[in-house]
Amino acid sequence: MGRDRETLLRKYHQARWDEEIICEMDVPGERGILVPEAEAGIQEAVGDGTSRIPENLRRKQPPALPEINQMRVNRHYMRLSQETLGTDVNIDISQGTCTMKYSPKIQEHVATRNPGMAEIHPLQDESTIQGILHVYYQFEQFLKEISGLDRFSFQPGGGAQGVFTNASMVRAYHASRGDHQRDEVITTMFSHPCDAATGATAGYKVVTLMPDDTGYPHVDAMKAAVSERTAGIFITNPEDTGLYNPQIKEFVDIAHGVGALCSYDQANANGLLGIARAKEAGFDLCHFNVHKTFSMPHACMGPAIGAVGVVDELKRYLPLPRVEFDGERYTLDYRGEPESIGRVRSFLGNAQGVLKAYAWVMQLGADGLREVAECSVLNNNYMLKKLSEVPGVVIQYSEEKRRLEQVRYSWGKLNRDTGVGTDDINRRIADYGIQHYWPSHHPWIVPEPFTLEPCESYSKDDIDEYVAVLRQISKEAYENPELVKSAPHNSAIHKVPAPSIDEPERIAVTWRQYVKKQAAKNSG
Amino acid sequence: MSQRRIVYPYIPNSVPEIKAQMLKEVGARDIMDLYAEIPDELILKRRMDLPEPILDEYSLKRHLEEILDRNRNCDDHLNFLGAGCAQHHVPAVCDEISSRGEFVTAYVGEPYADHGKWQALFEYASLMGELLDMDVLSCPLYDGPSAAATSLRMASRTTGRNEVLVPGSASPDLMAVVRNYLGGIGEPQVSIRTIDFDPGSGLLDLDQLRSAISSNTAAVLIENPGYLGNIETRAEEIGEIARNAGAEFVVYTDPISLGVLAPPVHYGGTFACGDFQPLGMHIQCGGGQGGFIATHDDMRYVAEFKDLMFGITETVKEGEWGFGEVLFDRTSYGSREQGKEYTGTTTGLWAITAGVYLALMGPKGMEEIGRTILQKSQYAARQIGGIPGVRVASETPFFKEFVVNFDGTGKSVGEINAALLDRKIFGGKDISGEFPQLGQSALYCVTERITQDDIHTLVQALGECCS
Repeated sequence: MGRDRETLLRKYHQARWDEEIICEMDVPGERGILVPEAEAGIQEAVGDGTSRIPENLRRKQPPALPEINQMRVNRHYMRLSQETLGTDVNIDISQGTCTMKYSPKIQEHVATRNPGMAEIHPLQDESTIQGILHVYYQFEQFLKEISGLDRFSFQPGGGAQGVFTNASMVRAYHASRGDHQRDEVITTMFSHPCDAATGATAGYKVVTLMPDDTGYPHVDAMKAAVSERTAGIFITNPEDTGLYNPQIKEFVDIAHGVGALCSYDQANANGLLGIARAKEAGFDLCHFNVHKTFSMPHACMGPAIGAVGVVDELKRYLPLPRVEFDGERYTLDYRGEPESIGRVRSFLGNAQGVLKAYAWVMQLGADGLREVAECSVLNNNYMLKKLSEVPGVVIQYSEEKRRLEQVRYSWGKLNRDTGVGTDDINRRIADYGIQHYWPSHHPWIVPEPFTLEPCESYSKDDIDEYVAVLRQISKEAYENPELVKSAPHNSAIHKVPAPSIDEPERIAVTWRQYVKKQAAKNSG
Repeated sequence: MSQRRIVYPYIPNSVPEIKAQMLKEVGARDIMDLYAEIPDELILKRRMDLPEPILDEYSLKRHLEEILDRNRNCDDHLNFLGAGCAQHHVPAVCDEISSRGEFVTAYVGEPYADHGKWQALFEYASLMGELLDMDVLSCPLYDGPSAAATSLRMASRTTGRNEVLVPGSASPDLMAVVRNYLGGIGEPQVSIRTIDFDPGSGLLDLDQLRSAISSNTAAVLIENPGYLGNIETRAEEIGEIARNAGAEFVVYTDPISLGVLAPPVHYGGTFACGDFQPLGMHIQCGGGQGGFIATHDDMRYVAEFKDLMFGITETVKEGEWGFGEVLFDRTSYGSREQGKEYTGTTTGLWAITAGVYLALMGPKGMEEIGRTILQKSQYAARQIGGIPGVRVASETPFFKEFVVNFDGTGKSVGEINAALLDRKIFGGKDISGEFPQLGQSALYCVTERITQDDIHTLVQALGECCS
């Protein structure tokens, strides 16, 4: 046995390379890579190639990209990677609602190194992509069983795009019935922001139900919100508090009672695999974040997949193409039915992610998936108990109730006691080699929030170590608040005094914009 | 417990003793006690019906390889498919960086522990800004079509108008994304009017454009180079028509062309958008797409971006770079339904990789690759056009892709591509369904990877297949 993880505080310091911005690394004349030239025979036949371009459409000045030798480019990005704290290198319980689970290396290696995945073109003849179409079809069968819904599409390139796809299908459903009076969707405050924003993008007014003392809205609030104008409800359950709304079926029934559709945001599904499904709760549509629940890596925010599922009645609205199987051959149906919403993303979506998720389910099977759910919920409740003993931590809402896979905690008491807030602690946590936690989606209903999700990938020891860090920071806050407020100290960089950049003169999202604004500042 | 207990390598607490200890710690007798909040009627009372698992890693690897072996790929075949997903050479350094575990497994961490990620994404925007000669880009979008769709909605907001004009030659798949994204309840939120194009040249009908444009036009969109490969030679004039009517000029472009082709802003584009897959991403069945939008540094535009923007700033230590969120309340993360459209997880790793690509290529690399592609694609078009019965519309300049018409052969593209496949060649995309007015035509894509020998192989095979 190694060190006691309940008291372990690592003597950590992140790589701090003090690396230049790449545009500062320009050495005129250096080359990073040489590119193939057209053969002499080609040059002889067609000339320089550019003379056919009309004068006003030719590039006159080469782009002002930096000139850098290859080793330096590689070193630069290697250094930046060392200044990034991925799940591979830390106990990433921090990013609650994101399900930062282990992405098995075998999946990564096959998906990136096998030319049967990396070098296939989505428009190849169907007969030459039977392998990947098999993977699509099989993974669809898995998700049908996991959710109970009838058809899936893996075209959406992320969770929010998945929810937007569902909002689009809700819109298409009512339109195909000539029902144009429905212009509202309903969500809850602890459902994800995309449940509100994608409905708005699709053209709907958004009604947001607020939680009562239990942490989720009362059924009466739902009854009061629905009407013949309600097109659909978009709801997360368990919500971001980690509390499962036990009246979810009633919410769904109330919505159905006025002719609305019900879309289940299953970004928080990790604790539910094999336990409870969208179907039994009555949902018409759902989506899973394949990069959360099904182990596809998060990749600095994508590529990702929002897998969308629907009941049979809605399958004609799904994006195209759809993968079909006649018992012998897989085909891509590009025609579908006229009610299809068309497309939300090009080609077949992020196919490599479907392969990874397929591999993950194949390695776990039904028992393994259930073990995922059980251990994620067990881990969470274990962590909840441990953290409830840390001074300054408050468990908001229904303290007596069991949570599923995550909890939105509050440093409200600690903040009142010490003046140290969740943002301060969030910077300090990086000093112990732990990724910044996810405070909360906005607005912050829970004061000084932090949201943790110790999914099945983390051992009991990992959880103990994580709690030890928070216990230590709590102690620091009570004894030496300045230490926490001035953090980070062992990170790649020091504290940014004004991290919210809203003033036009401070806005520089590219190097050239920065250089111009500096010049303007210096001259005037 | 007659069944063998499995300890899963990815689930450390599946060790029965640890699980029991933790259950005790939380005061539960049974794991289902923890699910007390879920009503009994919603609990699945049976084991899920899924295939029996392949538990060990080696057997799983074999299983996956056997499945992928059913695919033919563009390394063992000669590939001329593109249509928005082009097989360019991926520099080894791009693969090295895009497979770094730190980047592959990071997510939404703040700019301290994830400083490197923030800097890499800032550099992506900076390098794309140089390529496009524009100052402002956000974090990446899902793909080119989503970038086009958002550009049009941004244009609708900057102008306060709600109709956009698009060319009839635009990619049908791109337009399918745009149509859904601009849709609304009953009426579309932004309506789309299609302007005809000349089937021979691929160029936009400017007379029709002039008569269609109005004080309600939010934007004129062109693709340059177009879906059909051709360069819109009158782009500057189209831009003038758009701007004279008070509309935005949105140009969808191929970033790998911009070492030789003028970036949109040089001929009046107010929005440049497109897909950066060519810049260092493997084709991976369409999984390497990523979208970008660029504009001028004008708050009228900056405030309308929908995705996160990472701004450079300084830390408390003098001379040390740090990063922060720019206008966070713009986004749906900040303001839910009040934000601009919606944002979410898109394509960060691919954006970082595109940055690596541009850093490697530099100005000379981009110019050279553009020239090589022009030369090779022109040569291929000329050679293919020499096959009896095969026609390549050659009066309009093109970049990388071009339309090959087989009407004179009496054969369909489907028949020809099937015959090519027998010769281990993926012929160009069959566009006879998308553009019936072009007859039996295919869209051929020729990148820098294609050699003169490859072109001769194709031409010989096509000669055999067409006769």
